[in-house]
Amino acid sequence: MIQVTQLSKTYNETNVLNIPNLEIPKGQSFGLVGNNGAGKTTFFSLLLDLIQPTTGTLTNNEIQVNTSEDWKPFTSAFLDESFLIGYLTAEEYFYFIGDIRGQNKADVNALLVKHEEFFNDEILRNKKYLRDLSKGNQKKVGIIATLIGNPKVVILDEPFANLDPTTVSRLKKIIKELGENPEITVLVSSHDLQHTVEVCDRIVALNKGEIVKDIVTSAETLKELESFFAV
Amino acid sequence: MFKHFINLELKSFLRSASVGKSIALKLFLGFIAFYFILSFLVLGIALYPLLHESFLNQKPIQIVNNAVIFWLAIELIFRFFMQSLPVMNIKPLLILPIKREKVIHYVLLKSVFSIYNLFPLLVILPFGITTIIKGNVDTAAVLVWMFTLYILVLCVNYANFLIKKKFADNILAFLFFAILGGTFVGLEYFEIFKISSFIGSILNSLLLNPILVLAPLLLLSGLYFWNFNYLKSNFYLDNTLKSKIKEAKTTDLSWTKSFGEIAPFLQLDLKLIWRNKRPRTTVFMSFIFLLYGLMIYTNPRQSEISFLNVVVGLLMSGIFMINFGQFIPSWDSSYFGMILSQNITFRKYLDSKVGLMSFSVIVLALLTTPYVYFGWNVLATNLACAVYNLGINIPVLMFAGSFNVKRIDLEKSPFMNYQGTGAAQWIVGLPLFLIPGLIFFIFSELFNAETAIITIATIGIIGLLCRNMLMNFITKGYQTRKYATLNGFKQQEN
Repeated sequence: MIQVTQLSKTYNETNVLNIPNLEIPKGQSFGLVGNNGAGKTTFFSLLLDLIQPTTGTLTNNEIQVNTSEDWKPFTSAFLDESFLIGYLTAEEYFYFIGDIRGQNKADVNALLVKHEEFFNDEILRNKKYLRDLSKGNQKKVGIIATLIGNPKVVILDEPFANLDPTTVSRLKKIIKELGENPEITVLVSSHDLQHTVEVCDRIVALNKGEIVKDIVTSAETLKELESFFAV
Repeated sequence: MFKHFINLELKSFLRSASVGKSIALKLFLGFIAFYFILSFLVLGIALYPLLHESFLNQKPIQIVNNAVIFWLAIELIFRFFMQSLPVMNIKPLLILPIKREKVIHYVLLKSVFSIYNLFPLLVILPFGITTIIKGNVDTAAVLVWMFTLYILVLCVNYANFLIKKKFADNILAFLFFAILGGTFVGLEYFEIFKISSFIGSILNSLLLNPILVLAPLLLLSGLYFWNFNYLKSNFYLDNTLKSKIKEAKTTDLSWTKSFGEIAPFLQLDLKLIWRNKRPRTTVFMSFIFLLYGLMIYTNPRQSEISFLNVVVGLLMSGIFMINFGQFIPSWDSSYFGMILSQNITFRKYLDSKVGLMSFSVIVLALLTTPYVYFGWNVLATNLACAVYNLGINIPVLMFAGSFNVKRIDLEKSPFMNYQGTGAAQWIVGLPLFLIPGLIFFIFSELFNAETAIITIATIGIIGLLCRNMLMNFITKGYQTRKYATLNGFKQQEN
């Protein structure tokens, strides 16, 4: 589904990302772990054509992301709060995203009902603009919005950060469900090793922009990763 | 401690995204500043001889004294729209071991070094010096007088911040000031109470009793400490530094569905305008500008269609277009990354902005039709200008927008927030008026006013016919510059 070739990103001669080759097959749930500055967000930003690669290419379903916009209909992402529109209510935001992804209100409502539990009564029907919600609640909105319109590729940057423990376990359930669907490729980044190991089939560890581990999740994965990151 | 502040200030200036602007723009800004400095200096030098020749029975300094109130009033109005409070990102400083007072003093004192306080000095100094040399007035008294005038300028400086902060958001309070100002103008005009000569006589007596300088000094310190206290009491996170949470009101905008594919964006833009203070004010402004025509057409000397009519015509139907358009795509800066990565093609996004602006031009143009009272040619001019706005000026604004890298925080509290507007924004406005004005001038000189109007309308229609092509070109511009735009929007401006 996603093919990375000779990708690198350099800022003022500092190499922040350098991936010679990486392939993420369709249906995989892919976890990206690493310390701060490892290049996780940079990688996702490149994948979404929000920044330009210094060298190399990224293709999403055989579409090169920085030359064509055709990857947009089947890709959805939530990187940070800047993906939310502060002056809309949660419902309005969902309907807006629904509109641009070709979903009518009924489709969106059906999805929202399904995730009622995840919202924990803090999101819908509370007459608040998104800008007035807490960071955690904003995140919930952003995450659910990525599920609108049956995307084939879902990209979540640090989805577990800022969430309360109950929501984290509910989110894990959602991501696992997505991962079980062979049509959907999920990309999750985190610096929480345990969460990532729990929800992903495959884990890639980045360190200073380089891939240092690429493992299929098994019982030993967490230990392996922990010992790697332990100093 | 102030050393640190100045260091911070310098860094925030040197490292902001707008510094990298093209050299041409910088040169132009420099030229404008130079032009104003020169103009004021010439005024200051020429003022004494001019007044000396025109009014033989009065001392020039007395005439100036009578005019001081007008100067100050105009300065206040000008500052209200142009000058912003010297802002610093205060939030990070709140919990550091810095006395609040110190930060506030710094913010307030910094404003003295604003260029707006330099201009009056350029007039006061040369005029004062000529008066000392030629005026047969006591040197010490003139020095005190000069000092007093500068104190008054600084009073305006601080009064402006108070008015801006306390009253700018409150339309009623603003109205109060407008009425107060209007009353004084009326009293002056009908010679019931001449505030100009009242202030003038006070300043005249200052020349005899220099001790009176204490009064403006008191006024200045009063205003300073009013500002100071206001800032101090609002220097808390849960106060003005945090925006109030308003209850969300949802409106049904399903009628926009008839606009087809751009409907979701149109809805978004309408909500943007309605729910955020900054764009909302833009809309109110547009309606006020509709009255602009009255000022021109009622002037008996303006019976012929002239260059001025074209400018007014463009302004009346285009004011919303200009105010909204010049900040495209900065309005969406806080979520621009989402716009770029969502299932949205750039073209559709831009088309919806064009749609909104076109709609505003048409509505405002229709609202100007009553001006037909002043003659058919007035109506024809206004409509021709509206067509020109639609055909040419909208694409020009859209094109200029692709260079916008300045972030606008819609959610930021209005406290100390006048960001995004600067001289640069006014410069974009120049070609919008100059080019059609020039076209009018050339054609009306070569042929007549009617031909000139028809030419303007024709150019507008050509623009409309080429819109698709123009938009393709503009979209490409946005696409190639989108990385720079995104990077600029990420930078928090202060």
